[in-house]
Amino acid sequence: MSLAGRGRPYAKAASAAFAYVCALCAFASVAVLLILIGQMLRFAWGWLDFQFLTSFDSQLSAHRAGVKAALVGSVYLIALTALFTVPVGVGAAVYLEEYAARSRWRGFVQTNIANLAGVPSIVYGILGLGLFVRGMHLGAGVLAGALTLSLVVLPVVILASQEALRAVPNTIRQASFALGATKWQTIWHQLLPAALPGIMTGVILAISRALGEAAPLVAIGAAGFVMFLPAGVNDKFTALPLQIYNWTENANEEFQFHVAAAGIIVLLVMLICLNAVAVYLRYRFGKRIRW
Amino acid sequence: MSSAPSVTAEKPVVSGGPRRWGEPLMHGLLWLCALASVFVTISIVLILLVESLEFFRQVSVVEFLSGTVWEPHATPARFGILPLACGTLLVTAGAAIIAIPMGLGAAIYLSEYATPVVRDVLKPVLEILAGIPSVVFGYLAIVFISPIVRSLFPQADVFNALNASIVVAIMILPMIVSLSEDVLRSVPRSLREGAYALGATKLDVTAGVVVPAALSGIMASFLLAIARAVGETMAVTLAAGKRPQLTLNPLESIQTMTAYIVETTKGDVPRGTLGYQTIFAVGLTLFLATLALNVLAQWILKHMREKYE
Amino acid sequence: MTPPSKPQSMTELTAEPKPRTLPLRRTTVDHSRVVDDLLDRPQKVVARDVNFFYGEHHALHDVSLSIPQNCVTALIGPSGCCKSTFLRCINRMNDMIEGTRLSGQILLDDVDIYRPRTDVVELRKRVGMVFQKSNPFPKSIYENVAYGPKVAGIRQRSQLDEIVEKCLRRAALWEEVADRLAASALQLSGGQQQRLCIARALATDPDVLLMDEPASALDPKSTARIEDLIFELKDSYTIVIVTHTMKQAARVSDQTAFFYEGRLVEVGATTDVFTKPRQRQTEDYITGRFG
Repeated sequence: MSLAGRGRPYAKAASAAFAYVCALCAFASVAVLLILIGQMLRFAWGWLDFQFLTSFDSQLSAHRAGVKAALVGSVYLIALTALFTVPVGVGAAVYLEEYAARSRWRGFVQTNIANLAGVPSIVYGILGLGLFVRGMHLGAGVLAGALTLSLVVLPVVILASQEALRAVPNTIRQASFALGATKWQTIWHQLLPAALPGIMTGVILAISRALGEAAPLVAIGAAGFVMFLPAGVNDKFTALPLQIYNWTENANEEFQFHVAAAGIIVLLVMLICLNAVAVYLRYRFGKRIRW
Repeated sequence: MSSAPSVTAEKPVVSGGPRRWGEPLMHGLLWLCALASVFVTISIVLILLVESLEFFRQVSVVEFLSGTVWEPHATPARFGILPLACGTLLVTAGAAIIAIPMGLGAAIYLSEYATPVVRDVLKPVLEILAGIPSVVFGYLAIVFISPIVRSLFPQADVFNALNASIVVAIMILPMIVSLSEDVLRSVPRSLREGAYALGATKLDVTAGVVVPAALSGIMASFLLAIARAVGETMAVTLAAGKRPQLTLNPLESIQTMTAYIVETTKGDVPRGTLGYQTIFAVGLTLFLATLALNVLAQWILKHMREKYE
Repeated sequence: MTPPSKPQSMTELTAEPKPRTLPLRRTTVDHSRVVDDLLDRPQKVVARDVNFFYGEHHALHDVSLSIPQNCVTALIGPSGCCKSTFLRCINRMNDMIEGTRLSGQILLDDVDIYRPRTDVVELRKRVGMVFQKSNPFPKSIYENVAYGPKVAGIRQRSQLDEIVEKCLRRAALWEEVADRLAASALQLSGGQQQRLCIARALATDPDVLLMDEPASALDPKSTARIEDLIFELKDSYTIVIVTHTMKQAARVSDQTAFFYEGRLVEVGATTDVFTKPRQRQTEDYITGRFG
């Protein structure tokens, strides 16, 4: 007696329905977001112009408000953040991958980094407040902001660089050592150049994260309303996400709906540019290296 | 070296050689870099503990953990963290209820059903979604989602927990999808083929074989996403309101732990006051909660992972 | 980067139907030249009672072997007999694997390379190595060859040019790559890559050249070229080659050492080992009864 066609008459239908539900889940989230961003673009329309990019914030008129201070502040911030994080992050990755044996010490540091990656950014903000702003008396300036953001993105840079170094085949290490290169020569001349595309992708990911973070900046007490450009590293500053946050909190609907939307578009465009650079670098340098 | 034959005379001998002071120097520098990450952890713990201890000298731990009223600015001030914890819990639970089934469904679709072309489009799109800053979601919550929620439930507050849950769900979704999809895809083909060979439908194979096989990784992705939701700050601050209250009604305005920290640090609180110390006490609670979730996720990944050849 | 000289143009190459770059084996090199003074020569590398451990696993048992200067010594044996392990003891590449341990002595020019004062980096400059799978660095052909001298401290461009040309000529690769030294090494064919790796190993001016199945991944024509090269190089270098093809051992080597299960079973002049083996296991192996 054949089993074919027996029992579970709806098995096939259920299977097909399940497939559609799953597909719906995948597309719905993307679709919702696209619709929302489309709406936001509509709100920003007419507000995002040259005047918006070159003006300071205004408390009087939404039409005179702009992102000049925030834009410059953000650029300062991410430049300093990259300056602090990249050497330390890549250095830590090199140490963990190339120097630390599979010891308990390495396992300990590795677990520590994984946990740091999961610490909410607001907690880093409190740390920055206690350590840099109050403890080291830096004030809520660009330097304190950049140092705080560096702590936030350090695990990202370390983990991405480790991954990139791990992807360099062992034969390269062996070949270099067999030629009488020292450990550091091998790392500097062979491993870092080979891992560069991966490391740069990680760094750009980290910078994008730093560019979008508002919570740590609020926590260290960065100013919301700034009518000048920071001249030194301890000057007060504002940043794009912070500025957007303030506008969104504003009860005036022109600020809340339109100026904030225009600010968000500027922020998103910057993020897209950064990611485009990452894709380009990966393509440009990744192409040359095929194992 | 006197016994060495003449051949070695013209070449550097095997021992000795130039002294390389650069090697130990670089080793030391790199070691310091790795140490920096440990130092960050230590300073987080120290700063949170030191200021919290000051706080707990004035407010008992029992009152802090069991008090049902959070009124730091009233006289007399009352510091029961339960309303803030409840706010965080409400938003996180709501986000999890929305994001976990959707995320798992999307991950299953990408790993089991989608054609390579669809996958190659959707995965980068999800990655972009993961990169959108939190503050943007706060804007979306206030400007677009709140009116929708209020048109469906007229009794809802302008700022409410459901708002926050929805945007946080959208934020943690990409994380669940990409982590779960990775584990689903790593389930070996042979396992699927074994089930198909017995006449199972695709649903049987997916729900009965593939998902159970990848369960530990999927659970870990849920936990990591929940940890992220607990620590989520800007979107929640903007969307959920500023009223700390002990409620399970998602339509009411609430305040989360993160939102309290933002609200307090925005006003310039003088160092050494009780108001300044509260943020460290709340921060410590938040830190411990997310740490516990992360450690649990890592433990699951390490100890419960199914091993395949 | 311009090559120091351009010996022939592309047109010349195509005009000549059979250029001198592909000599037929045995017409150019006389492999029948027999070295009959193995024992009278100075012994370049001497292993005494070498025991080697991977953690708990005892890999090499009491290996004692003398390698005469300017000869080719072949290490043969079935796979897993640890002949490569022995080879990698000679330049201490096994140091890179954690948990390995060696007892006994390996003398290079009568100096124990495992004594504590040994500078491993200097050792590897004097003992070059060619790996089983060609592993050029993902850099230009020029940079590959110049890397060894560079890490040894040679900075002068003219000197590097000279070394690169000399070594590429010795590795019989110069004529094929002279006009594209700046091209990526990864664009070369498998056989060319392996000869590049040999040139790279020669560039540190070693005394001893270790080769770990250098031709196992190559087609017969490329293999023949490598074998010719080995034969030519032995006038200047002491060569130790691991091979799993007995024919190759018979063709290129003067001395053959047969390893079986971590023990050195038999060693002697190649002609003797292949024509009148003293041990039963050796005979079984060369007659193809196992392996």
